[in-house]
Amino acid sequence: MSDAISETNTTATSGIVATLREKFPQSAEKITPRASADHPAVNVPADAAMAILTYLRDEHGYEMLSDLTAVDWAEGASPRFTVVWHLLSVTINPGVCLRVAADCASDTEPEMPSVADIWPAANWHERETFDMFGIVFTGHPDLRRILMWDGYPHHPLRKEFPLAGMDDELPDPEVEAETKARLVAAPMAGGPFVASTGNLNLAESEPRAKDQSWSEENPKAEGPKG
Amino acid sequence: MVTANKEATYNSAIEGDIVVTRLDAVINWIRSNSIWPMPMGLACCGIELMGAGGARFDIARFGAEVMRFSPRQSDCMIVAGTVTYKMAPHIRRIYDQMASPKWVIAMGACASTGGMYRSYSTMQGVDRILPVDVYISGCPPRPEAILDALIKMQEKIRREPSARMLFKEEYKG
Ligand code: SF4
Repeated sequence: MSDAISETNTTATSGIVATLREKFPQSAEKITPRASADHPAVNVPADAAMAILTYLRDEHGYEMLSDLTAVDWAEGASPRFTVVWHLLSVTINPGVCLRVAADCASDTEPEMPSVADIWPAANWHERETFDMFGIVFTGHPDLRRILMWDGYPHHPLRKEFPLAGMDDELPDPEVEAETKARLVAAPMAGGPFVASTGNLNLAESEPRAKDQSWSEENPKAEGPKG
Repeated sequence: MVTANKEATYNSAIEGDIVVTRLDAVINWIRSNSIWPMPMGLACCGIELMGAGGARFDIARFGAEVMRFSPRQSDCMIVAGTVTYKMAPHIRRIYDQMASPKWVIAMGACASTGGMYRSYSTMQGVDRILPVDVYISGCPPRPEAILDALIKMQEKIRREPSARMLFKEEYKG
């Protein structure tokens, strides 16, 4: 990212922060610029998020919600969950996204108002964020899991959830009784497999296990974790 | 059925309109040359399965061109793609709805072992819920590999004791 671009973004960000502070004086100290390598980004308080997003859509031409996701900072961190909205204006400034982020008030039962009413696109994004992080979007018309099945007990993108998964029951007890199959943790065999970036020699940059000293046949040597 | 022994082959002058053979051979000959696949296309492998069904590779040459999207009309499930835990029970239920005798081909790395998806959501091989007859390696396998698997399965079917199986309870389906 060149300095010129990040400078434009800083200017854009401070412009947006100033506008929002003026419009929402009661939340002014909680509206802050957000560190970002590319697009302008602002932090807003959760209780004013709905009003701010509606204002951005109606008065600033952000008619499109291009993404909605969340960040889990870490188990034990506070605030732990941050919801992020990526807004796009196709009429005024196509190509530049505005990133708006708000921390969830609760670290154990995170909640955030749903924006499905003002951007219908949010419907499935919020269902996915709920599925993966367990963030409840209040006012959502149909908040069900979207990728995992109803009744799955975990939220897989939370930091404490292992990549390999956990032993569990199949979604269908009849099939489980018939086949004796269960959810099992996937064998990681030294994975996750990561590509080394910035290496133009594809033979060397292709994904490899971080630790290749063990596999399914040769178990991992006992030792300190990590 | 075809044998090098001239004595045992059909001679219309001697035998009239009668053919003498083994029941197994007849049943297996019929079954192996008219396999109706159930295309269980779950991911990218499904595209390659379509390729095998198209004009260039033409799975019809081996008698398996009648892809049936109803389990009740098919006898070979080709599991082509990634088996997620969410989908797995449905696959098993579709398999259960197929009439016996039935066979299963696990096509590609994903269906055989979970493939590159070593993750919480993917079943590590469809053989955990289905009795797989033939596995195809590859990601995705080329259509030739599917045809090869089909030929292997035909060979397997031709070795089955079909006549005996007709009278066994568990095969009555
Ligand atoms: S084996 Fe490869 S091509 Fe086939 S479904 Fe899996 S990822 Fe796709």
